[in-house]
Amino acid sequence: MSKVLMKGNEAIAEAAIQAGCRYFFGYPITPQNEIPAYMAKRLPEVGGCFIQAESEVSAINMVYGAAGAGARVMTSSSSPGISLKQEGLSYIAGAELPCVVVNMVRGGPGLGGIQPAQSDYFQATKGGGHGDYHLVVLAPSTIQEAVDLVMEGFDIADQYRNPVMILGDGMLGQMMEPVEFRPLSTKRQLPPKTWATTGYTGERPRNIINSLFIDPQALEEHVRRIYQKYEEIKKNEVKVECYNCENAEIIVAAYGTTARIVKSVIQKAKHEGINVGLIRPITLWPFPTSTFEEWTQREHVKAFMAVEMSMGQMVEDVRLSVNGRKPVFFYGRTGGMVPEPNAILSEVKKVIGGVSR
Amino acid sequence: MTKVFTRPKSLTDKPFHYCPGCTHGIVHRLVAEAIDELGIREKTIGVAPVGCAVFAYEYFNCDMQEAAHGRAPAVATGIKRVLPDRVVFTYQGDGDLAAIGTAEIVHAAIRGENITVIFINNAIYGMTGGQMAPTTLIGQVTATTPYGRDPGKAGYPIRMSEMLATLEGSAYIERVSVHDIKHINQAKRAIKKAFETQLAGKGFSMVEVLSTCPTNWGMTPVEALKWLEQNMIPYYPLGVKKEGK
Ligand SMILES: Cc1ncc(C[n+]2csc(CCOP(=O)(O)OP(=O)(O)O)c2C)c(N)n1
Ligand code: SF4
Repeated sequence: MSKVLMKGNEAIAEAAIQAGCRYFFGYPITPQNEIPAYMAKRLPEVGGCFIQAESEVSAINMVYGAAGAGARVMTSSSSPGISLKQEGLSYIAGAELPCVVVNMVRGGPGLGGIQPAQSDYFQATKGGGHGDYHLVVLAPSTIQEAVDLVMEGFDIADQYRNPVMILGDGMLGQMMEPVEFRPLSTKRQLPPKTWATTGYTGERPRNIINSLFIDPQALEEHVRRIYQKYEEIKKNEVKVECYNCENAEIIVAAYGTTARIVKSVIQKAKHEGINVGLIRPITLWPFPTSTFEEWTQREHVKAFMAVEMSMGQMVEDVRLSVNGRKPVFFYGRTGGMVPEPNAILSEVKKVIGGVSR
Repeated sequence: MTKVFTRPKSLTDKPFHYCPGCTHGIVHRLVAEAIDELGIREKTIGVAPVGCAVFAYEYFNCDMQEAAHGRAPAVATGIKRVLPDRVVFTYQGDGDLAAIGTAEIVHAAIRGENITVIFINNAIYGMTGGQMAPTTLIGQVTATTPYGRDPGKAGYPIRMSEMLATLEGSAYIERVSVHDIKHINQAKRAIKKAFETQLAGKGFSMVEVLSTCPTNWGMTPVEALKWLEQNMIPYYPLGVKKEGK
């Protein structure tokens, strides 16, 4: 198939449709408005349904209903809207329903701004809503990767009956790049949706979609079972890119848009004879902990540094993974400010100067 | 011997957990009878609320989804859009429908969502221990209006049926009561009609059922039925509020 030039948000919407998503429930918020607009135009063409809900709370609960009825369904939003979706996400995770949720992150807290940020990392990877649960969190750094991950995200959601979040940012949503809509490289055996509430005809047990367990022991068992599923996800689904890490003195950890910037920093550093590596987590949850562990064993790696568009959120997972074996530093901009390559490079130099002294 | 009275097929065998004299049980039965009589159990999907009827999914013998507090109309919307040829109903209390879920019910009605809503108005929050509901009457004592509901402080009781009847998208809205046999029979007819409205694809239908909460009203079941009749009906007049073509 040939490549087409597309805006990030629209490419994500088209990828969902090509993955078989036929239902979209959303509410406008910058910088992701092209997603619902695209869905409103395209879904009727493919026999699907778009609803502009009265709020994000309502949108995510429509997702819950549609997912429970057995459909492939998506919603998208940006930070303040995702906060409102947390109630529904907790219920969806508790009831073990598959769906894809896109968060094109903007600066916060509160109304914040509309420029790209990565300050929803905690909310995305540590639960976000109430209770013991996780989303699978995928963080694309190019539009092509966003397309591929949205498509695979639906399969991951169906395979594990768990919500999947695509964590992008305003930059990824607004820029244009050539993309190709290609078949998935991994063909999964997806379980049939025998649990869906489609009408009780007597051919299967009565289906109840629920997350209520009044008996604490039953609830503990339920949560433990979900956590066994998370162990499977951790074993099978970690995605990470290591770039220029062989011989690197310092390894930078960065994801999404920030990782793209770090790649250009690495080229600049090379010209100055400095070897900088990049570990780019593609799954933020499950986090590629073992990849970090491996690189801590290498003599040539003197230190790690997390670079983020936040005040330092992923750096906590980097620290846990490095586990004191090497020093971990942090550089971040926030509020919608995008880190400058030169500023990152000078931070890298400071760290190298410090650790090799 | 011929059996003249049996459990509706659309109810499971599970005994209700409701307090003695609570009318939730009566309304469950009416909904189940209506589903049986219309022969639609196999294609009905129910949405349970948060409130005393939170376990409705254990009682209705059809596929069920449990919704977050107030969100049942949004959940039902999702189900109905995926399965337009099925019958989808929500069962919601007044805290659920008229407080936390006001936006969801109003907008489901505005969209003319082709679902049926069974709305239990017992003028109080039952499950959490008898706090004020949006439907609590002026002067009524509850856990959070210990001096009686004062509209100057707590606002006025909301008439949801009248409000939703003003919306273009609502097709059939009726308020009924279950305080005596005559009214129970009327309630049954209304519930059946609401499902028929959905089956005919006419749009949003809702039956508001005036109900009792003897436990939190601090009354015997018989006193509660009397109180409903004497205090609730004057403020919440019974009858059809909206009927489309
Ligand atoms: C988000 C949220 N807020 C509050 C509650 C607590 N809660 C459970 S039931 C209920 C009131 C239910 O009252 P109503 O809908 O009138 O039903 P009833 O119990 O009277 O049948 C409340 C506030 C909850 N479960 N979820
Ligand atoms: S608390 Fe009230 S509404 Fe709830 S079951 Fe008891 S009587 Fe019924």
